[in-house]
Amino acid sequence: MATVEVSFTPLPAHVRTARLVATAVARRSGVAEALLDEVRLAVGEACSRAVEAHRLHCPAEPVRIALTSLAGRFEVEVTDTGPAARGSAAGGPGAAGDGSSLPPGFGIAVIAGLADDVEVSETAAGTSIRMSWPSSGIES
Amino acid sequence: MALEDFVDLKLDHHTKDGIEIVDVEGEIDVYTAPRLRELLIELVNNGFYQLVVNMEKVEFLDSTGLGVLVGGLKRVRAHDGSLNLVCTQERILKIFRITGLTKVFGIHDTVDEAITARKSEK
Repeated sequence: MATVEVSFTPLPAHVRTARLVATAVARRSGVAEALLDEVRLAVGEACSRAVEAHRLHCPAEPVRIALTSLAGRFEVEVTDTGPAARGSAAGGPGAAGDGSSLPPGFGIAVIAGLADDVEVSETAAGTSIRMSWPSSGIES
Repeated sequence: MALEDFVDLKLDHHTKDGIEIVDVEGEIDVYTAPRLRELLIELVNNGFYQLVVNMEKVEFLDSTGLGVLVGGLKRVRAHDGSLNLVCTQERILKIFRITGLTKVFGIHDTVDEAITARKSEK
């Protein structure tokens, strides 16, 4: 079971809330202060791309984020229910149509540069981005 | 800080030595970045092609914000202009480094340094 779970309507305004919650739980789980900025940014990127995917395909469905404190590891999983999005028009911030100048999938590239352990799984049901960081916390 | 004092993104701009300085304060993310994009577009439409974006008071920047800055750069370059940044915060600089954008933007320690660098390029 996740330590903290949040689900929010896919609006850009709520991405900040998700970042704040993730950072607070990471801190409590014993993630080093120096890594908290990385957690904050990576979670923000993952939620931004999920929000974009939902806004395009399923604006009524919530975006889900699960934060889990494991022994020695803090894990975050952001799950969307949009169609597989990597490299497609729903590739998140920077995707075609949002007036940005960065290629689709750029947000995921940023996440890969931040978390030392990232796993992107795409199924017919949606995309899940799982990432983790070392922590001093115990399982809770 | 009271909740109602919270500022997500504050934007301001003024002209100094013929260069338009854009002061950005707060968080540039998927929610607030469109406002920065609109300001940059407005400045270019009004004929300001030499821009310095001062990011010293930026607390958070994500890929959406980077996209807006790259978009602004493309617009000013179309008019033979420039968009330089002022940033000394390690947490923000790191995002430019991991994305390779340190090679795209001129990043300076102070507004005056950014202006001097721009003038010596001319």
